[in-house]
Amino acid sequence: MKRHSVTVIGAGVAGLCCALELAERGARVEVVERGRALGEGSCSWQAGGMLAPWCERATTDVSVAESGAPSIDWWSRHFPGTVRNGSLVLAQPRDSADLTRFAQRTERFDWIDADRIAELEPDLAGRYRRALFFADEAHLDPRRAMAALVERLADRGVAIRFAVELSPDAAPGDAVVDCRGLAARDALSDLRGVRGEMVVVRCRDVMLARPVRMLHPRIPLYVVPRGNGLFLIGATMIESEQRGTVSVRSAVELLNAAYALHPAFGEAEIVELGADLRPAFADNLPRVRREGRVFRANGLFRHGFLLAPALARQVADALEMETDDANIPERRRA
Amino acid sequence: MSHFYGVELRSRLLLGTARYPSPAVLEGAIKASGAEVVTVSLRRESGAGRAGQNFWSFVQELGVRTLPNTAGCHSVKEAVTTAHMARELFNTTWIKLEVIGDADTLQPDVFGLVEAARILAEDGFEVFPYTTEDLVVADRLVEAGCRVLMPWGAPIGSARGLNNVYGLRSLRAHFPDIPLVVDAGLGMPSHAAAAMELGYDAVLLNTAVAEAGDPVEMARAFALGVEAGRAAFLARPMEPRDMAQPSTPVIGKAALGD
Repeated sequence: MKRHSVTVIGAGVAGLCCALELAERGARVEVVERGRALGEGSCSWQAGGMLAPWCERATTDVSVAESGAPSIDWWSRHFPGTVRNGSLVLAQPRDSADLTRFAQRTERFDWIDADRIAELEPDLAGRYRRALFFADEAHLDPRRAMAALVERLADRGVAIRFAVELSPDAAPGDAVVDCRGLAARDALSDLRGVRGEMVVVRCRDVMLARPVRMLHPRIPLYVVPRGNGLFLIGATMIESEQRGTVSVRSAVELLNAAYALHPAFGEAEIVELGADLRPAFADNLPRVRREGRVFRANGLFRHGFLLAPALARQVADALEMETDDANIPERRRA
Repeated sequence: MSHFYGVELRSRLLLGTARYPSPAVLEGAIKASGAEVVTVSLRRESGAGRAGQNFWSFVQELGVRTLPNTAGCHSVKEAVTTAHMARELFNTTWIKLEVIGDADTLQPDVFGLVEAARILAEDGFEVFPYTTEDLVVADRLVEAGCRVLMPWGAPIGSARGLNNVYGLRSLRAHFPDIPLVVDAGLGMPSHAAAAMELGYDAVLLNTAVAEAGDPVEMARAFALGVEAGRAAFLARPMEPRDMAQPSTPVIGKAALGD
Protein backbone atom coordinates (compact mmCIF):
# COMPACT_ATOMS: atom_id res chain seq x y z
CA MET A 1 0.00 0.00 0.00
CA LYS A 2 3.00 2.20 0.57
CA ARG A 3 3.01 3.92 -2.78
CA HIS A 4 -0.72 4.05 -3.16
CA SER A 5 -2.52 7.32 -3.30
CA VAL A 6 -5.96 7.33 -1.73
CA THR A 7 -8.65 9.99 -1.70
CA VAL A 8 -10.99 9.89 1.27
CA ILE A 9 -14.28 11.70 0.71
CA GLY A 10 -15.89 13.01 3.85
CA ALA A 11 -14.28 14.30 7.05
CA GLY A 12 -16.75 12.90 9.54
CA VAL A 13 -15.56 10.35 12.05
CA ALA A 14 -15.59 7.58 9.41
CA GLY A 15 -13.49 9.56 6.93
CA LEU A 16 -11.00 10.80 9.52
CA CYS A 17 -10.48 7.33 11.00
CA CYS A 18 -10.05 5.78 7.53
CA ALA A 19 -7.60 8.49 6.49
CA LEU A 20 -5.52 8.05 9.62
CA GLU A 21 -5.48 4.27 9.43
CA LEU A 22 -4.39 4.39 5.78
CA ALA A 23 -1.78 7.06 6.41
CA GLU A 24 -0.39 5.04 9.31
CA ARG A 25 -0.02 2.10 6.99
CA GLY A 26 1.94 4.16 4.52
CA ALA A 27 -0.59 5.25 1.91
CA ARG A 28 -0.51 8.76 0.48
CA VAL A 29 -3.84 10.15 1.59
CA GLU A 30 -5.85 13.24 0.84
CA VAL A 31 -9.20 14.05 2.48
CA VAL A 32 -11.86 16.16 0.80
CA GLU A 33 -14.89 17.47 2.64
CA ARG A 34 -17.83 19.39 1.24
CA GLY A 35 -18.35 21.36 4.46
CA ARG A 36 -16.42 24.58 4.88
CA ALA A 37 -15.09 23.65 8.31
CA LEU A 38 -14.61 20.58 10.45
CA GLY A 39 -17.98 19.21 11.54
CA GLU A 40 -20.11 21.29 9.21
CA GLY A 41 -22.86 19.08 7.83
CA SER A 42 -21.43 16.05 9.57
CA CYS A 43 -23.62 14.02 11.89
CA SER A 44 -20.51 13.04 13.87
CA TRP A 45 -20.52 16.58 15.21
CA GLN A 46 -23.78 15.86 17.07
CA ALA A 47 -22.63 12.54 18.51
CA GLY A 48 -22.73 11.62 22.19
CA GLY A 49 -19.19 10.23 22.17
CA MET A 50 -19.84 7.24 24.41
CA LEU A 51 -17.50 4.32 23.91
CA ALA A 52 -19.87 1.84 25.51
CA PRO A 53 -19.57 -1.50 23.68
CA TRP A 54 -20.99 -3.53 26.57
CA CYS A 55 -23.96 -1.28 27.28
CA GLU A 56 -24.78 -1.44 23.59
CA ARG A 57 -25.25 -5.21 23.91
CA ALA A 58 -28.68 -4.38 25.36
CA THR A 59 -30.06 -3.60 21.93
CA THR A 60 -27.46 -4.51 19.34
CA ASP A 61 -25.78 -7.43 17.68
CA VAL A 62 -22.82 -8.99 19.49
CA SER A 63 -20.57 -7.81 16.64
CA VAL A 64 -20.98 -4.21 17.86
CA ALA A 65 -19.39 -5.10 21.20
CA GLU A 66 -16.71 -7.21 19.55
CA SER A 67 -15.56 -4.63 17.02
CA GLY A 68 -16.26 -1.72 19.35
CA ALA A 69 -14.25 -2.85 22.38
CA PRO A 70 -10.79 -2.31 20.79
CA SER A 71 -11.80 1.22 19.83
CA ILE A 72 -11.36 2.34 23.45
CA ASP A 73 -7.62 1.71 23.14
CA TRP A 74 -7.56 3.16 19.65
CA TRP A 75 -9.07 6.43 20.81
CA SER A 76 -6.84 6.58 23.89
CA ARG A 77 -3.81 6.30 21.59
CA HIS A 78 -4.97 8.94 19.14
CA PHE A 79 -6.82 11.32 21.43
CA PRO A 80 -5.46 11.90 24.94
CA GLY A 81 -8.78 13.46 25.96
CA THR A 82 -10.42 10.01 25.95
CA VAL A 83 -11.80 9.45 29.46
CA ARG A 84 -11.74 5.89 30.78
CA ASN A 85 -14.02 6.20 33.78
CA GLY A 86 -16.62 3.64 32.81
CA SER A 87 -20.31 4.35 32.56
CA LEU A 88 -23.22 4.19 34.94
CA VAL A 89 -26.72 2.89 34.22
CA LEU A 90 -29.63 3.94 36.42
CA ALA A 91 -33.40 3.73 36.48
CA GLN A 92 -36.09 5.51 38.42
CA PRO A 93 -37.60 3.20 41.07
CA ARG A 94 -40.75 2.69 38.99
CA ASP A 95 -38.67 1.51 36.04
CA SER A 96 -36.49 -0.88 38.03
CA ALA A 97 -37.67 -3.80 35.87
CA ASP A 98 -35.85 -2.13 32.99
CA LEU A 99 -32.60 -2.14 34.97
CA THR A 100 -32.92 -5.87 35.61
CA ARG A 101 -33.60 -6.48 31.97
CA PHE A 102 -30.68 -4.29 30.91
CA ALA A 103 -28.44 -6.37 33.19
CA GLN A 104 -29.68 -9.61 31.62
CA ARG A 105 -28.74 -8.43 28.17
CA THR A 106 -25.35 -6.87 28.81
CA GLU A 107 -21.99 -7.94 30.20
CA ARG A 108 -18.84 -6.64 31.93
CA PHE A 109 -20.64 -4.65 34.66
CA ASP A 110 -21.08 -4.72 38.43
CA TRP A 111 -24.26 -4.18 40.37
CA ILE A 112 -23.41 -1.37 42.76
CA ASP A 113 -25.23 -0.01 45.80
CA ALA A 114 -25.92 3.47 47.10
CA ASP A 115 -22.54 3.77 48.83
CA ARG A 116 -20.61 2.88 45.71
CA ILE A 117 -22.75 5.22 43.62
CA ALA A 118 -21.90 8.01 46.08
CA GLU A 119 -18.19 7.19 45.77
CA LEU A 120 -18.27 7.25 41.99
CA GLU A 121 -20.60 10.20 41.54
CA PRO A 122 -20.83 12.22 44.77
CA ASP A 123 -23.51 14.49 43.31
CA LEU A 124 -25.83 11.51 42.87
CA ALA A 125 -25.37 10.42 46.50
CA GLY A 126 -28.61 9.40 48.17
CA ARG A 127 -30.59 9.60 44.97
CA TYR A 128 -30.32 5.99 43.72
CA ARG A 129 -30.16 2.71 45.59
CA ARG A 130 -28.66 0.58 42.88
CA ALA A 131 -27.02 0.93 39.50
CA LEU A 132 -24.97 -0.95 36.93
CA PHE A 133 -21.35 0.13 36.63
CA PHE A 134 -19.54 -0.68 33.39
CA ALA A 135 -16.00 0.02 34.59
CA ASP A 136 -14.22 -0.67 31.28
CA GLU A 137 -16.16 1.77 29.13
CA ALA A 138 -15.04 5.24 28.12
CA HIS A 139 -16.23 8.49 26.62
CA LEU A 140 -14.88 11.43 24.68
CA ASP A 141 -15.90 14.80 23.33
CA PRO A 142 -16.50 14.08 19.62
CA ARG A 143 -15.61 17.58 18.49
CA ARG A 144 -12.29 17.66 20.29
CA ALA A 145 -11.62 14.09 19.19
CA MET A 146 -12.22 14.97 15.54
CA ALA A 147 -9.94 18.00 15.86
CA ALA A 148 -7.27 15.74 17.37
CA LEU A 149 -7.54 13.36 14.39
CA VAL A 150 -7.06 16.31 12.04
CA GLU A 151 -3.84 17.13 13.91
CA ARG A 152 -2.65 13.53 13.80
CA LEU A 153 -3.31 13.59 10.05
CA ALA A 154 -1.40 16.86 9.65
CA ASP A 155 1.54 15.27 11.51
CA ARG A 156 1.62 12.70 8.74
CA GLY A 157 1.33 15.29 6.03
CA VAL A 158 -2.31 14.56 5.25
CA ALA A 159 -4.25 17.65 4.28
CA ILE A 160 -8.00 18.12 4.38
CA ARG A 161 -9.50 20.19 1.60
CA PHE A 162 -12.68 21.77 2.85
CA ALA A 163 -15.53 23.10 0.74
CA VAL A 164 -14.75 20.56 -1.99
CA GLU A 165 -17.51 18.34 -3.26
CA LEU A 166 -16.22 15.42 -5.27
CA SER A 167 -18.05 12.46 -6.67
CA PRO A 168 -16.14 9.26 -5.83
CA ASP A 169 -15.92 8.30 -9.50
CA ALA A 170 -14.26 11.57 -10.38
CA ALA A 171 -11.90 11.66 -7.41
CA PRO A 172 -8.18 11.23 -8.09
CA GLY A 173 -6.08 8.45 -6.64
CA ASP A 174 -5.44 4.73 -6.99
CA ALA A 175 -8.27 4.13 -4.59
CA VAL A 176 -11.16 6.20 -3.24
CA VAL A 177 -12.77 5.73 0.15
CA ASP A 178 -16.33 7.02 0.11
CA CYS A 179 -17.18 8.14 3.65
CA ARG A 180 -19.96 10.56 2.74
CA GLY A 181 -22.47 9.09 5.15
CA LEU A 182 -26.08 9.64 4.11
CA ALA A 183 -24.94 11.68 1.09
CA ALA A 184 -23.67 8.42 -0.40
CA ARG A 185 -27.22 7.27 -0.95
CA ASP A 186 -26.77 7.96 -4.66
CA ALA A 187 -24.57 4.84 -4.60
CA LEU A 188 -26.06 2.93 -1.65
CA SER A 189 -29.79 2.67 -2.21
CA ASP A 190 -30.38 0.63 0.94
CA LEU A 191 -28.99 3.33 3.20
CA ARG A 192 -31.56 5.17 5.32
CA GLY A 193 -31.47 8.07 7.75
CA VAL A 194 -32.47 7.64 11.40
CA ARG A 195 -33.16 10.92 13.09
CA GLY A 196 -31.39 11.70 16.35
CA GLU A 197 -31.78 14.74 18.56
CA MET A 198 -29.67 16.06 21.41
CA VAL A 199 -29.42 18.97 23.79
CA VAL A 200 -26.30 20.53 25.30
CA VAL A 201 -26.75 22.30 28.64
CA ARG A 202 -24.45 24.12 31.01
CA CYS A 203 -24.93 23.27 34.67
CA ARG A 204 -22.53 24.42 37.37
CA ASP A 205 -24.24 22.60 40.22
CA VAL A 206 -23.71 19.03 39.09
CA MET A 207 -20.45 17.24 38.37
CA LEU A 208 -20.38 13.88 36.66
CA ALA A 209 -17.23 11.89 35.99
CA ARG A 210 -18.76 9.55 33.44
CA PRO A 211 -21.78 9.11 31.16
CA VAL A 212 -24.97 8.21 32.97
CA ARG A 213 -27.70 6.27 31.19
CA MET A 214 -31.18 6.65 32.52
CA LEU A 215 -33.39 3.74 31.53
CA HIS A 216 -36.88 4.70 30.59
CA PRO A 217 -39.64 2.50 29.19
CA ARG A 218 -39.88 4.46 25.99
CA ILE A 219 -36.57 6.17 25.20
CA PRO A 220 -33.02 5.34 26.22
CA LEU A 221 -31.49 8.53 27.53
CA TYR A 222 -27.99 9.47 28.54
CA VAL A 223 -26.16 12.44 30.01
CA VAL A 224 -22.52 12.76 29.00
CA PRO A 225 -20.22 15.20 30.82
CA ARG A 226 -18.23 17.38 28.45
CA GLY A 227 -16.21 19.33 31.00
CA ASN A 228 -16.54 23.02 31.90
CA GLY A 229 -20.03 22.41 33.21
CA LEU A 230 -21.28 21.24 29.82
CA PHE A 231 -23.41 18.13 29.42
CA LEU A 232 -24.78 16.48 26.33
CA ILE A 233 -28.22 14.92 26.74
CA GLY A 234 -29.15 12.44 24.05
CA ALA A 235 -30.59 10.99 22.06
CA THR A 236 -33.79 10.19 20.29
CA MET A 237 -33.99 7.54 17.58
CA ILE A 238 -36.77 8.17 15.13
CA GLU A 239 -37.37 6.35 11.87
CA SER A 240 -37.66 9.58 9.99
CA GLU A 241 -35.54 11.53 7.57
CA GLN A 242 -36.91 14.85 8.63
CA ARG A 243 -34.24 17.52 8.84
CA GLY A 244 -34.52 20.57 11.01
CA THR A 245 -34.13 21.26 14.66
CA VAL A 246 -35.31 19.39 17.75
CA SER A 247 -39.05 18.94 18.21
CA VAL A 248 -40.69 20.19 21.39
CA ARG A 249 -41.68 16.65 22.34
CA SER A 250 -38.12 15.40 22.04
CA ALA A 251 -36.70 18.40 23.89
CA VAL A 252 -39.17 17.85 26.72
CA GLU A 253 -38.25 14.19 26.98
CA LEU A 254 -34.50 14.82 26.89
CA LEU A 255 -34.61 17.68 29.38
CA ASN A 256 -36.94 15.73 31.67
CA ALA A 257 -34.39 12.93 31.80
CA ALA A 258 -31.66 15.27 32.99
CA TYR A 259 -34.03 16.84 35.48
CA ALA A 260 -35.02 13.40 36.75
CA LEU A 261 -31.35 12.47 37.11
CA HIS A 262 -30.71 15.54 39.25
CA PRO A 263 -33.11 18.43 39.89
CA ALA A 264 -30.22 20.90 39.64
CA PHE A 265 -30.41 20.37 35.87
CA GLY A 266 -33.63 22.36 36.10
CA GLU A 267 -31.49 25.46 36.57
CA ALA A 268 -29.11 24.59 33.74
CA GLU A 269 -28.90 26.83 30.70
CA ILE A 270 -29.56 25.42 27.25
CA VAL A 271 -26.48 25.90 25.12
CA GLU A 272 -27.37 24.00 21.99
CA LEU A 273 -30.12 21.96 20.40
CA GLY A 274 -29.05 19.62 17.65
CA ALA A 275 -30.61 17.12 15.27
CA ASP A 276 -29.25 15.11 12.40
CA LEU A 277 -29.72 11.87 10.51
CA ARG A 278 -27.59 8.82 11.20
CA PRO A 279 -26.77 6.73 8.13
CA ALA A 280 -27.88 3.12 8.62
CA PHE A 281 -28.37 -0.09 6.68
CA ALA A 282 -31.35 -2.37 7.37
CA ASP A 283 -29.54 -4.29 10.12
CA ASN A 284 -28.09 -1.08 11.64
CA LEU A 285 -24.58 -2.49 11.20
CA PRO A 286 -21.79 -0.78 9.24
CA ARG A 287 -20.14 -2.31 6.23
CA VAL A 288 -17.58 -1.71 3.49
CA ARG A 289 -18.66 -2.25 -0.10
CA ARG A 290 -16.38 -2.13 -3.05
CA GLU A 291 -17.01 -1.03 -6.62
CA GLY A 292 -13.81 -1.02 -8.66
CA ARG A 293 -11.37 1.33 -6.97
CA VAL A 294 -14.09 2.87 -4.78
CA PHE A 295 -14.53 1.52 -1.24
CA ARG A 296 -17.74 2.66 0.40
CA ALA A 297 -17.54 2.67 4.20
CA ASN A 298 -20.90 3.54 5.68
CA GLY A 299 -23.82 2.71 7.97
CA LEU A 300 -22.25 3.52 11.33
CA PHE A 301 -25.75 4.35 12.67
CA ARG A 302 -25.45 5.54 16.26
CA HIS A 303 -22.05 3.91 16.71
CA GLY A 304 -19.81 6.34 14.83
CA PHE A 305 -17.07 6.79 17.41
CA LEU A 306 -17.42 3.24 18.72
CA LEU A 307 -17.12 1.50 15.36
CA ALA A 308 -15.24 3.88 13.03
CA PRO A 309 -11.79 2.57 14.05
CA ALA A 310 -12.86 -1.00 13.19
CA LEU A 311 -14.43 0.15 9.93
CA ALA A 312 -11.19 1.96 9.06
CA ARG A 313 -9.21 -1.20 9.73
CA GLN A 314 -11.54 -3.11 7.45
CA VAL A 315 -11.02 -0.58 4.65
CA ALA A 316 -7.26 -0.58 5.10
CA ASP A 317 -7.10 -4.39 5.21
CA ALA A 318 -9.10 -4.62 1.99
CA LEU A 319 -6.82 -2.13 0.29
CA GLU A 320 -3.67 -3.70 1.66
CA MET A 321 -4.63 -7.16 0.54
CA GLU A 322 -4.98 -5.79 -2.91
CA THR A 323 -1.58 -4.09 -2.92
CA ASP A 324 0.06 -7.23 -1.65
CA ASP A 325 -1.58 -9.33 -4.32
CA ALA A 326 -0.59 -6.70 -6.85
CA ASN A 327 -4.06 -7.06 -8.31
CA ILE A 328 -4.18 -3.41 -9.18
CA PRO A 329 -1.94 -2.56 -12.09
CA GLU A 330 0.23 0.48 -11.50
CA ARG A 331 -2.01 3.39 -12.15
CA ARG A 332 -1.57 7.03 -12.63
CA ARG A 333 -0.45 8.58 -9.41
CA ALA A 334 -1.72 11.87 -8.24
CA MET B 1 -60.22 -17.06 9.18
CA SER B 2 -60.77 -13.75 10.88
CA HIS B 3 -62.61 -10.93 9.18
CA PHE B 4 -61.84 -7.27 9.50
CA TYR B 5 -64.01 -4.98 7.40
CA GLY B 6 -64.50 -7.68 4.78
CA VAL B 7 -60.84 -8.69 4.65
CA GLU B 8 -60.16 -12.33 5.45
CA LEU B 9 -56.99 -13.13 7.32
CA ARG B 10 -55.49 -16.48 8.14
CA SER B 11 -53.22 -15.21 10.87
CA ARG B 12 -54.77 -14.00 14.11
CA LEU B 13 -51.65 -12.15 15.19
CA LEU B 14 -51.22 -8.47 14.33
CA LEU B 15 -47.79 -7.02 14.92
CA GLY B 16 -46.54 -3.49 15.64
CA THR B 17 -43.38 -2.25 13.94
CA ALA B 18 -41.86 0.09 16.55
CA ARG B 19 -38.81 -0.34 18.74
CA TYR B 20 -37.11 -3.26 17.03
CA PRO B 21 -33.30 -3.31 17.17
CA SER B 22 -33.23 -2.80 13.40
CA PRO B 23 -35.48 -3.03 10.35
CA ALA B 24 -33.77 -6.31 9.48
CA VAL B 25 -34.84 -7.82 12.81
CA LEU B 26 -38.35 -6.42 12.28
CA GLU B 27 -38.51 -8.18 8.94
CA GLY B 28 -37.42 -11.46 10.54
CA ALA B 29 -40.00 -11.09 13.30
CA ILE B 30 -42.85 -10.41 10.89
CA LYS B 31 -41.95 -13.46 8.85
CA ALA B 32 -41.64 -15.66 11.94
CA SER B 33 -44.96 -14.43 13.34
CA GLY B 34 -46.86 -15.14 10.15
CA ALA B 35 -48.67 -11.83 10.72
CA GLU B 36 -50.54 -10.53 7.71
CA VAL B 37 -51.22 -7.13 9.22
CA VAL B 38 -48.67 -4.79 10.79
CA THR B 39 -49.33 -1.44 12.40
CA VAL B 40 -47.25 1.59 11.51
CA SER B 41 -47.07 4.74 13.54
CA LEU B 42 -47.28 7.98 11.62
CA ARG B 43 -46.64 10.47 14.32
CA ARG B 44 -43.93 8.79 16.27
CA GLU B 45 -41.81 7.61 13.43
CA SER B 46 -42.32 10.34 10.96
CA GLY B 47 -42.32 13.84 12.27
CA ALA B 48 -44.12 15.68 9.53
CA GLY B 49 -44.98 14.97 5.93
CA ARG B 50 -43.21 12.17 4.14
CA ALA B 51 -40.01 12.18 6.19
CA GLY B 52 -40.68 8.62 7.35
CA GLN B 53 -41.23 7.38 3.80
CA ASN B 54 -38.07 5.35 3.74
CA PHE B 55 -39.10 3.25 6.74
CA TRP B 56 -42.71 2.98 5.56
CA SER B 57 -41.61 1.78 2.15
CA PHE B 58 -39.46 -0.81 3.84
CA VAL B 59 -42.50 -2.07 5.78
CA GLN B 60 -44.78 -1.98 2.76
CA GLU B 61 -42.30 -3.97 0.70
CA LEU B 62 -42.56 -6.83 3.19
CA GLY B 63 -45.81 -7.83 1.51
CA VAL B 64 -48.08 -7.49 4.54
CA ARG B 65 -51.14 -5.32 4.94
CA THR B 66 -50.43 -2.02 6.70
CA LEU B 67 -52.67 -0.76 9.48
CA PRO B 68 -51.55 2.81 10.14
CA ASN B 69 -52.13 4.08 13.66
CA THR B 70 -52.52 7.40 15.40
CA ALA B 71 -50.16 6.54 18.28
CA GLY B 72 -49.05 9.58 20.21
CA CYS B 73 -52.19 11.62 19.49
CA HIS B 74 -53.70 13.25 22.54
CA SER B 75 -56.66 15.01 20.99
CA VAL B 76 -59.49 14.30 18.57
CA LYS B 77 -58.15 16.86 16.14
CA GLU B 78 -54.64 15.40 16.10
CA ALA B 79 -55.99 11.90 15.63
CA VAL B 80 -58.31 12.90 12.79
CA THR B 81 -55.55 14.82 11.01
CA THR B 82 -53.16 11.91 11.39
CA ALA B 83 -55.78 9.50 10.05
CA HIS B 84 -56.22 11.64 6.95
CA MET B 85 -52.49 11.73 6.43
CA ALA B 86 -52.38 7.95 6.82
CA ARG B 87 -55.11 7.40 4.26
CA GLU B 88 -53.18 9.44 1.74
CA LEU B 89 -49.76 7.95 2.48
CA PHE B 90 -50.75 4.30 2.74
CA ASN B 91 -53.66 4.32 0.37
CA THR B 92 -55.90 2.53 2.87
CA THR B 93 -59.12 3.37 4.68
CA TRP B 94 -58.02 1.28 7.66
CA ILE B 95 -56.95 3.23 10.72
CA LYS B 96 -56.02 2.06 14.18
CA LEU B 97 -57.41 4.86 16.25
CA GLU B 98 -55.58 5.85 19.42
CA VAL B 99 -56.49 8.91 21.42
CA ILE B 100 -54.29 8.92 24.48
CA GLY B 101 -55.78 10.32 27.67
CA ASP B 102 -52.91 9.92 30.08
CA ALA B 103 -49.28 10.26 29.09
CA ASP B 104 -48.05 8.04 31.89
CA THR B 105 -50.27 4.99 31.44
CA LEU B 106 -51.07 5.67 27.78
CA GLN B 107 -54.66 4.91 28.77
CA PRO B 108 -57.12 5.76 26.00
CA ASP B 109 -59.23 8.87 26.32
CA VAL B 110 -62.49 7.06 25.63
CA PHE B 111 -64.52 10.26 25.23
CA GLY B 112 -62.20 11.59 22.55
CA LEU B 113 -61.99 8.13 21.04
CA VAL B 114 -65.74 7.88 20.46
CA GLU B 115 -65.83 11.37 19.00
CA ALA B 116 -62.90 10.75 16.66
CA ALA B 117 -64.30 7.34 15.66
CA ARG B 118 -67.60 8.93 14.65
CA ILE B 119 -65.90 11.63 12.57
CA LEU B 120 -63.67 9.12 10.80
CA ALA B 121 -66.35 6.48 10.23
CA GLU B 122 -68.62 9.09 8.68
CA ASP B 123 -65.72 10.05 6.45
CA GLY B 124 -65.41 6.51 5.11
CA PHE B 125 -62.62 5.24 7.35
CA GLU B 126 -62.66 1.69 8.69
CA VAL B 127 -61.78 2.28 12.30
CA PHE B 128 -59.92 -0.09 14.65
CA PRO B 129 -60.33 1.72 17.99
CA TYR B 130 -57.83 1.10 20.79
CA THR B 131 -60.11 1.16 23.81
CA THR B 132 -60.52 -0.14 27.36
CA GLU B 133 -62.64 -3.21 28.16
CA ASP B 134 -65.53 -0.93 29.20
CA LEU B 135 -68.78 -2.28 27.82
CA VAL B 136 -70.58 1.03 27.52
CA VAL B 137 -67.69 2.65 25.68
CA ALA B 138 -67.62 -0.35 23.35
CA ASP B 139 -71.33 0.12 22.69
CA ARG B 140 -70.78 3.77 21.81
CA LEU B 141 -67.92 2.88 19.48
CA VAL B 142 -70.07 0.38 17.62
CA GLU B 143 -72.85 2.95 17.45
CA ALA B 144 -70.30 5.44 16.05
CA GLY B 145 -69.57 3.03 13.20
CA CYS B 146 -66.71 0.80 14.40
CA ARG B 147 -66.97 -2.79 13.20
CA VAL B 148 -63.88 -3.95 15.07
CA LEU B 149 -63.06 -3.33 18.73
CA MET B 150 -59.62 -3.47 20.25
CA PRO B 151 -59.73 -3.49 24.05
CA TRP B 152 -56.47 -3.41 25.98
CA GLY B 153 -55.19 -6.34 27.98
CA ALA B 154 -53.12 -4.02 30.15
CA PRO B 155 -51.38 -0.65 29.63
CA ILE B 156 -49.20 -0.40 26.50
CA GLY B 157 -45.78 -1.97 26.96
CA SER B 158 -46.51 -3.21 30.48
CA ALA B 159 -46.33 -6.95 29.69
CA ARG B 160 -48.91 -7.65 32.41
CA GLY B 161 -51.24 -9.80 30.33
CA LEU B 162 -55.02 -9.73 30.76
CA ASN B 163 -55.75 -7.45 33.72
CA ASN B 164 -59.51 -7.87 33.65
CA VAL B 165 -60.46 -11.26 32.33
CA TYR B 166 -64.03 -10.84 33.53
CA GLY B 167 -64.40 -7.58 31.59
CA LEU B 168 -62.92 -9.06 28.43
CA ARG B 169 -65.18 -12.10 28.71
CA SER B 170 -68.30 -9.94 29.10
CA LEU B 171 -67.26 -7.91 26.10
CA ARG B 172 -66.97 -11.09 24.03
CA ALA B 173 -70.39 -12.25 25.23
CA HIS B 174 -71.92 -8.86 24.55
CA PHE B 175 -70.52 -8.53 21.02
CA PRO B 176 -70.60 -12.03 19.52
CA ASP B 177 -70.53 -10.68 15.96
CA ILE B 178 -68.01 -7.86 16.21
CA PRO B 179 -64.39 -8.90 15.67
CA LEU B 180 -62.55 -8.34 18.95
CA VAL B 181 -58.80 -7.93 19.23
CA VAL B 182 -56.85 -7.70 22.48
CA ASP B 183 -54.46 -4.85 21.84
CA ALA B 184 -51.64 -3.92 24.19
CA GLY B 185 -50.27 -5.16 27.48
CA LEU B 186 -49.31 -8.69 26.45
CA GLY B 187 -45.90 -9.91 27.56
CA MET B 188 -45.89 -13.67 27.05
CA PRO B 189 -47.32 -16.09 24.50
CA SER B 190 -49.46 -17.52 27.32
CA HIS B 191 -51.17 -14.11 27.58
CA ALA B 192 -51.97 -14.27 23.88
CA ALA B 193 -53.23 -17.84 24.28
CA ALA B 194 -55.44 -16.73 27.19
CA ALA B 195 -57.01 -14.00 25.04
CA MET B 196 -57.68 -16.45 22.24
CA GLU B 197 -59.16 -18.98 24.68
CA LEU B 198 -61.73 -16.31 25.60
CA GLY B 199 -62.85 -16.42 21.99
CA TYR B 200 -61.16 -13.22 20.86
CA ASP B 201 -60.61 -12.99 17.13
CA ALA B 202 -56.99 -11.88 17.28
CA VAL B 203 -54.31 -10.17 19.34
CA LEU B 204 -52.17 -7.17 18.50
CA LEU B 205 -48.79 -6.70 20.13
CA ASN B 206 -45.49 -4.95 19.63
CA THR B 207 -43.20 -4.43 22.62
CA ALA B 208 -43.29 -8.04 23.84
CA VAL B 209 -41.71 -9.09 20.56
CA ALA B 210 -39.63 -6.00 19.74
CA GLU B 211 -37.93 -5.86 23.12
CA ALA B 212 -37.41 -9.56 23.63
CA GLY B 213 -33.80 -10.71 23.67
CA ASP B 214 -34.48 -12.56 20.43
CA PRO B 215 -37.44 -10.85 18.73
CA VAL B 216 -37.62 -13.33 15.86
CA GLU B 217 -37.90 -16.33 18.17
CA MET B 218 -40.42 -14.50 20.37
CA ALA B 219 -42.52 -13.71 17.30
CA ARG B 220 -42.63 -17.40 16.50
CA ALA B 221 -43.54 -18.20 20.12
CA PHE B 222 -46.46 -15.75 19.99
CA ALA B 223 -47.68 -17.26 16.74
CA LEU B 224 -47.77 -20.66 18.47
CA GLY B 225 -49.51 -19.16 21.52
CA VAL B 226 -52.20 -17.60 19.35
CA GLU B 227 -52.69 -20.81 17.42
CA ALA B 228 -52.91 -22.87 20.62
CA GLY B 229 -55.43 -20.50 22.21
CA ARG B 230 -57.61 -20.40 19.13
CA ALA B 231 -57.57 -24.19 18.73
CA ALA B 232 -58.48 -24.55 22.41
CA PHE B 233 -61.41 -22.18 22.03
CA LEU B 234 -62.71 -24.07 19.01
CA ALA B 235 -62.24 -27.39 20.80
CA ARG B 236 -64.72 -26.24 23.51
CA PRO B 237 -62.73 -26.58 26.73
CA MET B 238 -64.16 -28.37 29.73
CA GLU B 239 -65.59 -26.35 32.58
CA PRO B 240 -63.54 -26.02 35.75
CA ARG B 241 -64.93 -27.89 38.74
CA ASP B 242 -64.32 -27.87 42.46
CA MET B 243 -63.42 -31.49 43.02
CA ALA B 244 -61.08 -33.94 41.41
CA GLN B 245 -62.58 -36.07 38.72
CA PRO B 246 -60.57 -39.20 38.13
CA SER B 247 -59.76 -39.79 34.51
CA THR B 248 -59.74 -43.54 35.08
CA PRO B 249 -62.58 -45.26 36.93
CA VAL B 250 -61.94 -46.07 40.59
CA ILE B 251 -64.47 -48.83 40.86
CA GLY B 252 -63.40 -52.10 39.38
CA LYS B 253 -59.69 -51.46 39.83
CA ALA B 254 -57.56 -54.57 39.57
CA ALA B 255 -57.03 -55.82 43.09
CA LEU B 256 -53.77 -57.31 44.20
CA GLY B 257 -53.66 -60.14 46.65
CA ASP B 258 -56.89 -61.32 48.21
